[in-house]
Formats: sequence, structure tokens, C-alpha cells
Amino acid sequence: MNAEMKEMVTWRALNASLHQILEDHPEAFVLGEDITTWGTGGGTYGVTRGLLKKYGRERVLDTPISEEVLLSAVAAAAARGTRPILEIMYSDFAFLGFDGIINQAAKARYMFGGQFDTPVVIRTNGGSGIGKAAQHSQSLETLFAHIPGLEVVVPGTPGDAYGLLRTAAASDNPTIFLEHKNQYYDRGPVGTDPIPFGQARVAREGAHATVVATQQILAYSLQAAEELAAEGIEIEVIDPRTLYPFDMDAVYASVGKTRHLVVGHEAVRDYGWGAEFVAQAVEAAWDKLDAAPVRVGGARVPIPYSQVLEEAVIPSKDDIISAVKRTLC
Amino acid sequence: MTRYQAHEQGLTGLKLMAKIREFERRMPLLSEEGLIRGSTHPSLGMEAIAVGVSLALTDGDAIASTHRGHAHTLAKGADFGRTMAEILGRSDGYCGGKGGSMHIGVKEIGVLGTNGIVGAGIGIATGAALASKQKGDRTVAVSYFGDGASNQGVLAEAFNLAAIWKLPVLFVLENNHYAQSASVEDMVAQPDLSRRGEAYGVPSFNGDGMNLPEVFALTDAAVSRARAGEGPTLLVFDTYRYLGHMAGDTEIYRSADEVETAKKNDPIANLLEQLINAGVVTQEEWETMTKQIFEEVEAAEQFARNSPFPGVSEAFADVYAKGSSE
Repeated sequence: MNAEMKEMVTWRALNASLHQILEDHPEAFVLGEDITTWGTGGGTYGVTRGLLKKYGRERVLDTPISEEVLLSAVAAAAARGTRPILEIMYSDFAFLGFDGIINQAAKARYMFGGQFDTPVVIRTNGGSGIGKAAQHSQSLETLFAHIPGLEVVVPGTPGDAYGLLRTAAASDNPTIFLEHKNQYYDRGPVGTDPIPFGQARVAREGAHATVVATQQILAYSLQAAEELAAEGIEIEVIDPRTLYPFDMDAVYASVGKTRHLVVGHEAVRDYGWGAEFVAQAVEAAWDKLDAAPVRVGGARVPIPYSQVLEEAVIPSKDDIISAVKRTLC
Repeated sequence: MTRYQAHEQGLTGLKLMAKIREFERRMPLLSEEGLIRGSTHPSLGMEAIAVGVSLALTDGDAIASTHRGHAHTLAKGADFGRTMAEILGRSDGYCGGKGGSMHIGVKEIGVLGTNGIVGAGIGIATGAALASKQKGDRTVAVSYFGDGASNQGVLAEAFNLAAIWKLPVLFVLENNHYAQSASVEDMVAQPDLSRRGEAYGVPSFNGDGMNLPEVFALTDAAVSRARAGEGPTLLVFDTYRYLGHMAGDTEIYRSADEVETAKKNDPIANLLEQLINAGVVTQEEWETMTKQIFEEVEAAEQFARNSPFPGVSEAFADVYAKGSSE
């Protein structure tokens, strides 16, 4: 990565990224519910802290609880020459404004024959792990990735959070930027450069099986890799970083080496994005596979509240380990 | 406004209304001929709103329209031939044939699209007004929507947001009394729809949507307030659509008598009578003008009919910005 690396937690990295974005793009502005009034003045997870002081009320706007109008309004504001960055407090709340995201923002360029750019970023968070239960813990990345016209970003490290958000802000497409609520306090190195979309990252090199995973399941996969290494199984862990555009070439290159594929995500396994990766690998790289790929994903249930139940429905490190062993045997 | 300006405005408006009516009159015929796919929603009878509002706007202002949006688009300044070509799915259409009747956008004149989701333009116009405020460019945005769309939830959020932020947006409610086939009397408990604006701190006015000078005057005042940073206005115009919701509408929900009675209060006839009485135009001059209008719309239709269909590769273009994900 780049020269000036700093250790930072994810929310700080996102905050630094927003500061840089408002510096870089005079037409950018940040808006959302409670983004300057909650906690230390940085919204629910601190990400917008200090922006108001530096950029003022003209560029940092607290909004009413009005997801429906905001999600369509930012699409139009983008089409009229601004770069809105809208925080939706939890991705679950985006359902209130799916018309704006899916019928309007995602389709404006296409249905109007390419006349309009829609450079809007919808920053929100998904995922489980902190007891927020069924309506604040969903992993909706597959759902967004299914919609033509949207870019979908799923940063799994503080460094990626910083660099991918800069790219999202510069993109002329509507971008869904899905942070993970259980990773805001993860610490890691953060560079100073934007990170391009559609370029997967090899998080760990290995020879025996490829594991493609994002966010929390990426972290579990790296833990699984340690345990498997002790048994002599070296897995290669790949973080796609963006689910659209997505980097199948990195997957093909890896399975060309390992000949085995596991895909892991927190979104419900059935119809999840892992199925897409597996299907593409099977269709395009069948000759590189020695065994059937295996999918690991969330159970087909809403996210329960109680910790023991929540943990039971989300893939664990052990689920990754057993999936790797299944594809290897 | 001086008397002279009023007359110029009136004559311009009269001609534009008549031209739009001639354009819209052709829609069912083109549908029957199989040249229009899906559905198309003409707005005969409702011309005074689109034209009266547009006369108060500039090219820099934005509009967000509905499924019944040809008149709004044409009145804002769209070329009749290119609009017709879009409705016919041709390559010379504003969207290269990918939008069709319900999704016509024209960036250079601020048309942010007719829209297949009836209330979506309410949020979109609010966003365009937000952009205006962010950029400080003093442009105004107009949302056209119907009595049916006024029952969608986005209305409440948009009114509140526009009011607290004093956004330069006009909410233009065209009450044509039917949401597809559902009568406003059956679907709304408070018949004075302007009270919805008042509830959110949005100044609201009722107007006669069959009277172009009245539409213009109310809009012009609201535009002035918006440009001065005084925020949104709700304008509720009473109107009537002469044709069914779309081709194939059996119109079992209303009587022929009701339609015939409504047609007696025609916005074009009303304005023509006013202008003849004021000595601005004679009946003979008007007949000459209508012939010219017929010929212009005929030429627009021929342009559209002659425009080639888009190449199939166009189906795969413009999903994403060039140089990014595509």
C-alpha cells in the first residue's frame, strides 16, 4: 500500500475519508439522521464527527427521519450536479426508500439514455454481532448487488473503508457503501490513497483451498486459516471488497492454484452472493476445480436478539473450517 | 405584469396548449396502430397546468413529472419530434428509445424525467431543489403529481423536509379527480388537498386548472417566493382528463355525461375566448394558427415514424458511467 500508513479504527478511517472527500469535492455534502447531534457529534458510530465544525451547516446536514424522501432526493440532487453522501443509520431502514434507490437512482442513467450522472453515495451499515436483532442486523449486500446500476461496496478493514469510500465519492454511479456495525472498532493500517472498485484483495496466501469472504466472515476466515495452518492446510483468503463490480479474475487465479473454493458471507446463504461467485467459477473455471465448491452463509432466519441465538445463525470460524475440509475431502 | 405581457403570455400559452393537445390526441391512434408499446397516458384537458406552470420557469429550472408527463415535458421546451420518437422507442428519442412514454428525461432543459412511479417526482423535485440550495444557483424545481399520488407517503416527508430547509420547490398537484379509476371522493377524506401543505408549514393555494392565466399567476408568485429563499409552495389545481387513464380504459368509473360536462370548461376554448374578447387574436387568425400547429405536429410525428430503431447494443449501454463498472 502507500507510504503514509497509520493505525486506525474503522470509524476513524471513515471519518478521515469523509474529511478528505469534502476537501476534494466542493460539490459534495453529507447528510443523515442525527449525524451531528448524537453522542460526540458524529452520529451513531462517530463517523461524521468534526465535519460540522470544519465544513458548516451548508455541507453537513441533519435530516428528519425521512428515508423515503431522502433516498430519492439525493438521487436527483446528484443528477443536478452535486455529490450527496447520505448516511442511513442502519441498512434495514433503506427499505423505506427503495423506490429512490432502485427505481430512481439505479435506473436514471439508463432509462434516460445516459444523460444523467448520479454520483450519490448511500453510506449505511449491515451485519450482526452486537445484539441489534432482526430489524437492525440484516446483511443486505446481495439484494443491492442484484440491481443493475448500483455499485456495492463491502469494506472489511479500516484501510479498505477509507480508500473505498474515497472512490465511492468520486464515482458517477450510485454507490451503496455497506459498513459492518461490528467492525467500527477494528484496528488496522490505513493508507492515504483511494482504492479502486472491482479489485479483490488477497488477505492471506495459501495453496490448498480458496476462501472468498467479506467483512465479519472475512475476519473469521483469517482466524480459521491460523487453525487450519496448524493442521497443515493453507487456505488463500480473498476479500472481493466490492460486490459490484466484482473481480472474478482474482477468484479464477486463486482456484487455478488451490483447485478448491469456499465462499462465505453473513447474508442469508440461500440466493446469496456466494451462489453467484460459485456459479461463475463452475461455469468458467470448471477445469480448475478438483471438487464441488462449498457455500457458507447466514441461516434462513431473521437475526435473533439473544447472543447465543445470534451466534447460532451466523457463520462461525468453525463453519469455515468444516467447509474447507468438506471441499478438500 | 403589463397588459401587453399578459397577452403575449396568453397567446404563447394558447398555441402551446393547442400543440400539446394535437400531440396527445395522436397517442391513442398510435397505440391502436401498434406503434406505442406498453401504455401511454395522454392528458387532454389538463394542458393549462403544464403550460401555465412552464411559462413561469426558465430552462435552468427543473421539473419532475409523472406517468402522465408528455405535456409537462413539451411545455418545458422539449422538441415535439424527439419526444414523439422516444414514445415510439426510436433512436432519435431523448433517451434513445430506452425510456419510452413513462421515462422521458431531457437534461438540457431540466426535465428530470416523466416517471413510472406516480409519487416519485415529489422526492426528485425536492432533491433538485436541494441541489439548487447547495449550489446557490437560484433555480427552482417543480414536482407535478396527481390526486392519486398525493396519497403516497413520500408527500409527507417531502413537505416537511422542504419546509424546514426552505427548499425552492413547487409541489403542483393536478387534481383530475381520478387515480387511474379510483375517484378522489372515494380515496381522500379531506377534499381540500391544499390543507395537506398547510399541515407541514407549506403555503398552499387552490387554483382553477382550466384557466391558464390563473395557473400562471399562482405559479409565478410561488416561483418568486422560491427564488427569494422563502421555500416551498403547494399549488392544487382542479382539472379533468378527457380521455381514459390509458388506451383500453373502459371508463366504467365515470359517465359520458360527466366527461361531456367537463369538456364545456375547456382550457383552450376558455383562453381563446378571453383573447378574442381582449382583441389579441381574431377567430380567423386562430384558425390559421391551428392549421400551422397541425402541420408542426404532423411533421413531428413523421420525424418519429422515420427515426430508426436503436441498435441492439444500446440495450447494454449506460447502465454505469463510462470508465467505471461498465
